[in-house]
Amino acid sequence: MKILVCISNVPDTTTKIAFSADNSTFNAAGVQFVINPYDEWYALVRALELKEAQGGNVTILHVGTADSEATIRKGLAIGADDAVRIDAEPNDAFAVAEQIAAFAKDKGFDLIMAGKETINYNGSMVGAMLAELMNLPYVSLATKLEVAAGVATIEHDIDGGTEVVECALPLVLSANKGMAEQRIPNMKGIMSARTKPLQVVPAVATDKLTTITSYELAKGRTECKFIDASTPEKLIELLHNEAKAI
Amino acid sequence: MSVLVYTETAKGKIKKSSLEAVNYGSRIATQLNTSVTAVIVGDADVAELGKAGAKKVLKLKNDKLTSLDGMYLTAAIEQAATAENATVIIFSHDFTGKEIAPRLAAKLKAGIVAGAVDNPTISGDALTVKKNVFSGKATAVYAINSAKKIISLLPNSFPVELTEGTAEVADFAVNLDAVNSPIKVKEVKKVTTELNLPDAELVVSAGRGLKGPENWGMVEELAKELGAATACSRPVADMHWRPHHEHVGQTGVAIRPNLYIAIGISGAIQHLAGVNGSKTIVVINSDKEAPFFKSADYGIVGDAFDIVPKLVAAVKNFKANHN
Ligand SMILES: Cc1cc2nc3c(=O)[nH]c(=O)nc-3n(C[C@H](O)[C@H](O)[C@H](O)COP(=O)(O)OP(=O)(O)OC[C@H]3O[C@@H](n4cnc5c(N)ncnc54)[C@H](O)[C@@H]3O)c2cc1C
Ligand SMILES: Nc1ncnc2c1ncn2[C@@H]1O[C@H](COP(=O)(O)O)[C@@H](O)[C@H]1O
Repeated sequence: MKILVCISNVPDTTTKIAFSADNSTFNAAGVQFVINPYDEWYALVRALELKEAQGGNVTILHVGTADSEATIRKGLAIGADDAVRIDAEPNDAFAVAEQIAAFAKDKGFDLIMAGKETINYNGSMVGAMLAELMNLPYVSLATKLEVAAGVATIEHDIDGGTEVVECALPLVLSANKGMAEQRIPNMKGIMSARTKPLQVVPAVATDKLTTITSYELAKGRTECKFIDASTPEKLIELLHNEAKAI
Repeated sequence: MSVLVYTETAKGKIKKSSLEAVNYGSRIATQLNTSVTAVIVGDADVAELGKAGAKKVLKLKNDKLTSLDGMYLTAAIEQAATAENATVIIFSHDFTGKEIAPRLAAKLKAGIVAGAVDNPTISGDALTVKKNVFSGKATAVYAINSAKKIISLLPNSFPVELTEGTAEVADFAVNLDAVNSPIKVKEVKKVTTELNLPDAELVVSAGRGLKGPENWGMVEELAKELGAATACSRPVADMHWRPHHEHVGQTGVAIRPNLYIAIGISGAIQHLAGVNGSKTIVVINSDKEAPFFKSADYGIVGDAFDIVPKLVAAVKNFKANHN
């Protein structure tokens, strides 16, 4: 089975977010970048488990600049066989999907996996767009994935519950928590990652359908009002009279 | 020109998030001097869509539209959008919205903003709208550059407003002969709790501070008395103390209820990412240094096992006096 895992490069979850003085760009100075957790823990690890059980090949693909190479090497250290970087600034979901589709369309991947969403732009869009561009079925927010005899059985989140679907390969899915557990790369993985193939592919022309014009930090809460532990009923009164929450 | 809104039912009623989306669409339609057409799959009582501001409701009809299969549904909505000459299409940023809206965007080459939180600013052909980024740590204003535009609205961003309006209702026969999805639905498991967590106005949530699943009785009781949904932190779901669908945060569900009560949760940044959009946050924690207090509106420093039962009694008492 040939599996493609799309990985995004995102600020570590604990990053303190800051923007340029005019609030027009994200300030990446001093920020630790990592593989988007959904792409790494769930999509990539499940892809590797399937390969280990059934044979095949796992390619990781990233649309981004040379700055992301450390992130790509991490994916190789965890166990991907090879990597592709499409040399384009990833600043619009549709443009990213177009880049991936242009590369993947004639490569015969059986399974294309994305993460649920990137934790920086939280779009949850690239996988679905890619499926449409490649005219493939798409299963969003998959929490379980099994593949047997060319057919995938997938459990995924739907509104108010979960659904189990079967689908003949090829298909695109987005991976959610539940699909696999995080893997820490071992020494051997880290060593071998240095020599695994990382192909850099030139960008194709794409459509940039959206632009971010400005950023703003979320407003913090004013101050926590403490209620004495001996009189918790005061809380209910405040929630009713002051916060108007009940 | 029109504004098209995709809507759904749950348990026979139009979903609250769909009513929010129709309200939102009608505000946009007013700015554009046009009106809202709501689309819905199959037969449903759609009177509420008119009250929320739709002027027209199209019931999408085709035998293939039995599940929410993206290949079929995307094609169906596209046909309705073309028939209605829709320039702006609205979804709710829920599970269906995440599956369908970006797929439709790619089909129409429409720019999309997923998870918008405010009313867009429109001037001529230009539209800008705000959404949360960096998991709620910031917001960004997006400009959509294409002629056709799609916005999915983050649930609970606006209260629902209903009027006495009515909509013209018609069937819309969809042609899906050319579309054949290989996806077969084998099983649907609906969560049986009455309250769907992402829709809930009030949420009571608990973490590892509760020590074990056997101690959730008081949390459920507090939730029941308040009419709230229950949620939990990630380790609690990972240890199977609570079901996976209750896990909120960066890797779980993102919610923004009116009231979020966090009991025995430390307030890690990844937890906050899923709940910091809540209007009012209450934190109950035995450690006065717990980081969550920095993101709370109200706090009680104390032992949950002592405080929660007292809160249950206080809510019962409150209800007795306010009915
Ligand atoms: C990439 C990434 C993604 C993550 N995603 C999520 C996510 O989506 N959601 C999430 O929740 N976490 C997430 N986490 C984990 C997160 O970092 C924290 O580890 C987790 O939120 C801690 O859960 P907790 O607050 O229940 O437990 P703890 O941190 O152990 O906190 C328990 C709290 O209970 C208090 N306590 C103890 N006893 C009592 C008592 N008797 N009465 C009152 N209070 C008491 C303690 O003072 C403490 O503050 C993620 C982590 C990473 C690295
Ligand atoms: N620049 C990128 N390169 C490769 N894959 C990406 C990129 N951006 C997003 N993706 C994939 O698409 C998923 C959803 O991203 P998003 O739509 O931005 O939330 C991510 O989890 C990745 O799997």
